[in-house]
Amino acid sequence: MRLSISLTLLALALFVVSLLVGPAELSSGDSVAGLFAGGGEAAAIIMREIRLPRAILGLAIGISLGLSGAVLQGFLRNPLAEPGVIGVSSMAALGAVLVFYSGLAGSSLYALPAGALFGALLAVLILLAIAARQGSTLTLILAGVALSSLAGALTSLVLNLSPNPFASYEIIFWLLGSLKDRSMEFVAIALPLMAVGWFLISLSARAIDALSLGEEAASSLGIHMGRARFMIVAGVALSVGAATAVSGTIGFIGLVVPHLIRPLTNRMPSSLLLPAGLGGAALLLAADIAARIVLPAGELNVGVLTALIGAPFFLWLVVRARREML
Amino acid sequence: MNLQVKNLSVVLGKRQVLDAISFDIEPGQVIGLLGPNGAGKSTLMRALNGHIAAAGAMQLGEHDLAAIGPAQRARLIAYLPQQRTIGWRLSVRDLVALGRLPWRAFGQRPNARDESAIARAMAMADIAPLADRVAKELSGGEQARVLMARAIVQETPLLMADEPASGLDAAHQIMLMQSLKRLAAEGRTVLVSLHDLTLAARWCDQVMLLNEGKLAALGTPETVLSDENLAIIYGVTAHRAQDDQGLVIAPVGLRKASTGG
Repeated sequence: MRLSISLTLLALALFVVSLLVGPAELSSGDSVAGLFAGGGEAAAIIMREIRLPRAILGLAIGISLGLSGAVLQGFLRNPLAEPGVIGVSSMAALGAVLVFYSGLAGSSLYALPAGALFGALLAVLILLAIAARQGSTLTLILAGVALSSLAGALTSLVLNLSPNPFASYEIIFWLLGSLKDRSMEFVAIALPLMAVGWFLISLSARAIDALSLGEEAASSLGIHMGRARFMIVAGVALSVGAATAVSGTIGFIGLVVPHLIRPLTNRMPSSLLLPAGLGGAALLLAADIAARIVLPAGELNVGVLTALIGAPFFLWLVVRARREML
Repeated sequence: MNLQVKNLSVVLGKRQVLDAISFDIEPGQVIGLLGPNGAGKSTLMRALNGHIAAAGAMQLGEHDLAAIGPAQRARLIAYLPQQRTIGWRLSVRDLVALGRLPWRAFGQRPNARDESAIARAMAMADIAPLADRVAKELSGGEQARVLMARAIVQETPLLMADEPASGLDAAHQIMLMQSLKRLAAEGRTVLVSLHDLTLAARWCDQVMLLNEGKLAALGTPETVLSDENLAIIYGVTAHRAQDDQGLVIAPVGLRKASTGG
């Protein structure tokens, strides 16, 4: 509980810092005034239409990634699990890329998120169809890996066939993941879906605890495995699908955060959920702030930064605590 | 609650693993489930616990085991699988506490009733001194006792344990059987698969002998574990001795079965 409170305070502090950082040189006073009525016209626009949605998305996407990583690691009893591993992020990315390719992206603000969500949904339907037939956790991992590779290959194919270099550039840039220039409309599209995803994931708390003892023992402890599988896969797909839809792919947060937080808990998978969500929010907000400070022109994508810091850090974590990973 | 099974059959792939098993067991007994490797002991337990599809009727008290959902089953049957899985670095106490999940509403913390059940199960499995240790780091025998406590703590009318004695030292094997006896004395039914004939003979009220998916014999250890059955079904000869505590059966040699099939 103390851990969750500390992480909440940390995430909120970073949320505020995120509001205060940006290329437009606003003083803290102007920023606050711009946010809550009053203040200059420009300050109000910058705060309400640029920085606030960015900070909200940083918070919500961070929660989605951290929470999804934690629940998948618990569910699959595998410390390497993360939203990418079941193919949801890559299918969402493929959906978005197809929207770019077809040229629909320019026609409506909603086309891109809709494409990504459709990709994520398709991934879930495929996974559930396979899991329902076979019904083991291992099947789900293998199907996810296959789906991921296929989506990656199709994304490459689209890049290959893309009509002009500018389209390829746009696609690649989007794939790198960013929170830059997202409007309140994006928040309105993504946040409700993410919230439903979080709710579904939180319902699986008992299941992932019982699954520490294996699938048969969990089922003998009263866990309806089919139901748990549905809630987790659907919850991850909704939250990560919606996140990918507005931000592109942001890697490593779902993988790293549960490992950072787990030693601070009693190791019960359910007790990791809330702290991992909050930790994910704090980490993504911090990365997004850093992305703005390192290159003030704003061209460093946060997805690049999280991978750049996340991957070596994860390697260090593995070397330092091989035995402690589980 | 009586455990009644009628014509229970299980086919896995193309193999008939259980073939028309029928029995009726009164509560308050320790039932030893015996038979050679591959006789169908684990399959019988898994079928009773709903892990594999089975034909036939299974009834515990007034409950039709094929018709109830996992949540209700978890309050009727505790099951210790043969495969010992411990994920994550859980403490022994937290792991045992998982056995109380079926009795707790969503999000509810363990109450006094849960705490006393946990303390009792840990005492029965002789793991109280290990409470704060990381379960994953214990020895195999210690882990077996921790997982047994996790099943005991469920406090169900039927307790099924698949080879709970394997990996246990001599003292803890006896402690295990004493604990199972105590649970049976409370009116529970205890179904336990064993390989040690002496443990089965001395501690079980009845022994169920499976062979090639069929129920070969069910009765007191003295009658079921006869020289003839041991020879035909296990293919062994055994020394046997009787003391005031019961039978001692020690397999000493191989013997070819005299009847075919």
